[in-house]
Amino acid sequence: MSEMAVTQNDLRVAPAARAPGDEVFKWLTLVMALSIFALIILIGWELFEGSKVALHRFGWHFLVTKDWDPVNEKFGALVFIYGTLVTSAIALLIAVPISIATAVYLTELAPLWLRQPLVIFIELLAAVPSVILGVWGIFVMIPFLRDHVFPLLQKWFGFLPLFQGPIYGVSMLAGGIIVSIMCIPIITSVSREILRSVPGLQREAAYALGATRWEVTRIAVLSYAKKGLYGAVILGLGRALGETMAVTMVIGNTPQIVASLFAPGYTLASVIANEFTEATGRVYLSALFELGLVLLGVTVLVNIGAQLLLKTFAGPTVKPQH
Amino acid sequence: MNPIMTPEEESLSPSRPESKSERPAPTPPASRPAASAGTAAIGAPALTVKNLFVYFGKNAAVKNVSLDIAAKAVTAIIGPSGCGKSTFLRALNRMHDLNPDARVEGEIRLFGEDIYARRIEPVVVRRRIGMVFQKSNPFPTMSIAENVTVGLRLNGVRNKKILAERTERALRMAALWDEVKDRLHAPAISLSGGQQQRLCIARALAVEPEVLLMDEPASALDPLATAKIEELILELKKDYTIVIVTHNMQQAARASDYTAFFYLGELVEFGPTAKIFTSPKQKRTEDYVTGRFG
Amino acid sequence: MTAPNHRWRQFKNGLMQSIACGCAILVVTPLLLIYFHLIRYGLSSLNWAFFTQLPKAVGEPGGGMANAMVGSLILLAQAVVIGVPVGVLGGIYLSEYGGTQFNWWVRFIADIINGVPSITWGIVVYGLLVVPMHGFSALAGGVVLGFMMIPLVMRTTEEVLQLVPGGYREAALALGISRWRTIVQIVVRTALKGIVTGVLVALARIAGETAPLLFTAFGNLGWAHSLKEPIDSIPVLIFNYAISPYPDWHRQAWAGALVLLLFILIINISVRFVTRDRLRKQP
Repeated sequence: MSEMAVTQNDLRVAPAARAPGDEVFKWLTLVMALSIFALIILIGWELFEGSKVALHRFGWHFLVTKDWDPVNEKFGALVFIYGTLVTSAIALLIAVPISIATAVYLTELAPLWLRQPLVIFIELLAAVPSVILGVWGIFVMIPFLRDHVFPLLQKWFGFLPLFQGPIYGVSMLAGGIIVSIMCIPIITSVSREILRSVPGLQREAAYALGATRWEVTRIAVLSYAKKGLYGAVILGLGRALGETMAVTMVIGNTPQIVASLFAPGYTLASVIANEFTEATGRVYLSALFELGLVLLGVTVLVNIGAQLLLKTFAGPTVKPQH
Repeated sequence: MNPIMTPEEESLSPSRPESKSERPAPTPPASRPAASAGTAAIGAPALTVKNLFVYFGKNAAVKNVSLDIAAKAVTAIIGPSGCGKSTFLRALNRMHDLNPDARVEGEIRLFGEDIYARRIEPVVVRRRIGMVFQKSNPFPTMSIAENVTVGLRLNGVRNKKILAERTERALRMAALWDEVKDRLHAPAISLSGGQQQRLCIARALAVEPEVLLMDEPASALDPLATAKIEELILELKKDYTIVIVTHNMQQAARASDYTAFFYLGELVEFGPTAKIFTSPKQKRTEDYVTGRFG
Repeated sequence: MTAPNHRWRQFKNGLMQSIACGCAILVVTPLLLIYFHLIRYGLSSLNWAFFTQLPKAVGEPGGGMANAMVGSLILLAQAVVIGVPVGVLGGIYLSEYGGTQFNWWVRFIADIINGVPSITWGIVVYGLLVVPMHGFSALAGGVVLGFMMIPLVMRTTEEVLQLVPGGYREAALALGISRWRTIVQIVVRTALKGIVTGVLVALARIAGETAPLLFTAFGNLGWAHSLKEPIDSIPVLIFNYAISPYPDWHRQAWAGALVLLLFILIINISVRFVTRDRLRKQP
């Protein structure tokens, strides 16, 4: 922007020539840019205001209480924190290896004619809104899991408490799987950008030592890109934590903490989506606000972590959002 | 030098000729249009190149080059930028395989065996013909020692004692040992530019290649570091065959035994360095080495 | 060297490549399945009635999504009215006037906001508009979508304007054209295609948002007669139908999902089409 400095000087030399329009325009655009700050303050403020009642009532206990009892006005976030964490963990366990492997395939291994079509496919998957994925989840995925996959899992791994208990179809596991489908496109595309930014010279060094293609990828690309890949994963985590519609439609919406992955559960976002408009009483509503506050806090922290990792790795060349 | 070899590697290097057998009289460069062939003088050549063409798409970057690279000697490739020197060099260790637009035709033999034969794997070729690049490229996530041993570890060498010995040997050969022996576990990128380049040389030497290719190894370095690299090259040629691409003619004159002059993709002249610089046979060579162009 | 592990290395090489390829297939599969099922279950329901009728009473078969489609359009239109001016003008400030520190903070916070779960936005605008207005409204829905568009549009506008070469600005200023005219008539005009693309991409993203509308626009089985009334939208309708116990509504949920996805696809394809001559290097 050094040209700007030059032209600023020119304008100052002949102040009379500076049109009033310039001042107005500059202030107009500045105000618009400042709206970003206004937005984030608004978000924080509304959530705090709305949570006040619950914050007063329950204090810190809110985070560790299991109760969710609208009738007796006893509320606690623990069940939903548990649900959110479990579905996100399952989602990442599934999505991260698959996404990074796919990103590696796209940047290092795929035949050239295949790359662009694949990239387009993944972008098309990213474009599918959560609610549509939820519809597919309810009517196609759940029956399939319930009738074919879950019984198999129970047969093979039933010795683990994770895979015991009755199978309904709607479950934490289904929630985790559907969130993984939502996370895969973003982790893949960010990872892909990161892998592409690894300098070719690093790969050449490895090839020149007589390394095989996989070894080149492992030594010269993946280790080099480690930090950036962590950033991509954490970005995916941020997405997983906030996922609402698709999860709500397949998780079963039952506030409970049970070891079995086949049991229905409830996430922070889902309970808000389901119960907000039905909430009677100030305390109930305020508790939901507070859940929103918890969700916001967690996602903001995770996103900040992801941003910092990505920025320190690749600077301005990697766009955090696809 | 290579105690254990795969059957492929066995066949790739039949019994190595003793150095200093008969000394055939150097054949004079053939007159145009056949590209001037070069024959090495001492013993059998390490690499023989016959009618090499390298195409990028429809463009021929290297045209009908034939020459012999003498074993345990330094061969310099000189010429103005864009003349195909680096392209030629990269054909020698099959780096063009990585470029889908590139096509290599002709024959290159390493101690008699065709390195582009169908059954020969590039991975094996590249271990026996190592390369050092213009810009040093140590692996930043590894320490100095890890960089040196990466090639060995890939090939399955796990024994810590052997790795340590090889590390010291390679770093000594690269004239870096004294400077880094106390901090082998420091990150490789903590070294200066010249040291990093010598580290890359050590890394390439650790796998004990037979030929070392160097693509303008000192062009990114200051004069002091450059001098160190040149000293290094003179030491290394006692054990290794070296092919070095350089745009610095004085460097070629100082450090090499044989010089090949390339122009617009063709090999114009090849012969002992002293001859090329003092009494070149081709006018274009003379114009280049006397600085009239390029 | 040590060739004994050579076979193993080649095996590992081949294995890893197969695994990577397999994962790529695994990624593409849900997409194909979704489209397949959408077409299979939804296409047959797309008829004239579907597009022009209102939903029938609960439990009665038939009816359509006319109000939801119009509702979505109204909400998106409001979103554009709010999001585009603020986003574009803000992006102009960042690109043309902003200092590095200021810009860094704005970008950082914009990216944070983009990562905020959309349901949180719903809560925010609920407190902001629905409570004071004592009811759900189309206005609240438009506002929440508009707020969501602002950071998206601002970022893409800034990036696109940065691509305009400085020489254009200098030439205009040297001719004595005022700063603001230079920006608007020269810089923005040059980058217009990119700005429009950015808006379309943001629109495609907003069009599928459901969560924030659940407690702002809420939903309406009939027509909304003013912006102060609750209004229906395609995503919300899809959600409500899908979780209902009525098979006929399930069928319509599929159809609605197909329509919505087609709408989003059309936007995406147009964006691709518009930017195709700016395609850079190979992936």
